[in-house]
Amino acid sequence: MTLLPKIPLTGYRRDNGRVGIRNHVLILSVDDISNAAVEGVANLIRGTMALPHPYGRLQFGADLELTFNTLMGTGRNPNVAAVVVIGIEPKWTDYIVKGIAETGKPVAGFSIERHGDLKTIEMASRKAKEFVHYATELPRVPVEWKEIWVSTKCGESDTTSGLAANPTVGRVFERLETIGNTLIFGETTEVTGAEHKIIEQCANPEIAAQFKAAFDNYQELVESQGVSLLGTQPTEGNIRGGLSTIEEKAFGNVEKMGRCKIVGFLEPAEAPKRPGLHFMDSSSAAAEMVTLCCAAGAVLHLFPTGQGNIIGNKIEPVIKLSANPLTIETMSEHIDVDLSGLLRFEHNLDGAADRTLEMMAHTINGRLTNAETLHHDEFVITKLYRSA
Amino acid sequence: MKKGILLHEASDDVGVAAMDIKSGEEVQAVTLDGVPVAPVKTVEDVPLGHKVAMCEMPQGHHVQEYGRTIGYASHDIKFGAHVHVHNIKSLRWAASSANLLEKQETK
Repeated sequence: MTLLPKIPLTGYRRDNGRVGIRNHVLILSVDDISNAAVEGVANLIRGTMALPHPYGRLQFGADLELTFNTLMGTGRNPNVAAVVVIGIEPKWTDYIVKGIAETGKPVAGFSIERHGDLKTIEMASRKAKEFVHYATELPRVPVEWKEIWVSTKCGESDTTSGLAANPTVGRVFERLETIGNTLIFGETTEVTGAEHKIIEQCANPEIAAQFKAAFDNYQELVESQGVSLLGTQPTEGNIRGGLSTIEEKAFGNVEKMGRCKIVGFLEPAEAPKRPGLHFMDSSSAAAEMVTLCCAAGAVLHLFPTGQGNIIGNKIEPVIKLSANPLTIETMSEHIDVDLSGLLRFEHNLDGAADRTLEMMAHTINGRLTNAETLHHDEFVITKLYRSA
Repeated sequence: MKKGILLHEASDDVGVAAMDIKSGEEVQAVTLDGVPVAPVKTVEDVPLGHKVAMCEMPQGHHVQEYGRTIGYASHDIKFGAHVHVHNIKSLRWAASSANLLEKQETK
């Protein structure tokens, strides 16, 4: 049996050895009030991509750290060739620039104080133009499957997710694990009911303890708000679709990890340090989770959906898979891989994994995903608590 | 025989209807890897995505799906029956499942 499609892969090899499948020149905001300048540069210079966002002022402690790690991680992502960073004042701007510069990629920072938007836009645009010339001279080169870091998270799940789309991702992950890929999954609250399965698949007790602590912590956070997630799971929509218990829903979710060993626990936005499957402590909200995976360095995302979540990400292409015939019929512009053949017994799980890997190969080689063509550019920073 | 039920594990107590199955229909259950497991004659209608009992289960039985316990039988369940919130319950949060069931029934 062939594990992987015989399609030669190409990508961009960065100075730090990582491989990207896109070649973006990013114009990155440090803070909310710099978004106008960031958009200004991106409007002036073809081939750049603005990354505005609503935070970065008066955050503190772990919340500030996570915002910084998300911004730096996104800039460090190998799908990014070069970065122009713009912030209101120099200190935090330099901090982000330094964090990105460790990768060896071209990065330059501009602060607006003492210049104003117009002068900043002019200076930053000249640098952005230089970076675009640099990036567009970079050739695609042959790369290997094991160099492509892949993440996964599911959304708008129904019974077809646990039955077909999620196990398909699990089968893909099992194949990628055997050749030494680096893989990420998470959704700390959505695994409630199947957390012991995750614990069993942890490679050692330390990782299991880290996961358990993050899981308990999230449960406590939810309960501290006087809310119980347990009473809301499975949802009425889930029940209508045939899911009966929270355990059943959670086991369907964790099908995405297949039988892979979990070799590492990651804090939100933390980059894996070794090949294999990693659990990242993360929200289950689609855009937040994918943004964190992207910041951790994943270059390609697999998103199984039942009822049809339409998410994308600016930097990390998102491939959406569904086995729900109604979703495929009514939302075809969003679904990249049609797995409904599994429910018609046209192919088995290995056949579904083959189809998925083939679409991954084309996407790695430059084919735009549905989310990319539809401008699904979601970039959502996880906020841990209110700002000062 | 027509294939109609998918099983996560060959040993599971419940399979999932891959199509709407009518009461009294006899369909083949196969694993996700395409291995035939057993024929099942349903004793009631089972909609697409809902579960079918692959064996007889006494009240209190720990119901297996994904090779795991997904809840317990709150009533005796016949081979070929529709398995859902009316006859299985969560083991971990029995109370919250009961609330959902009530909500479902009052609709």
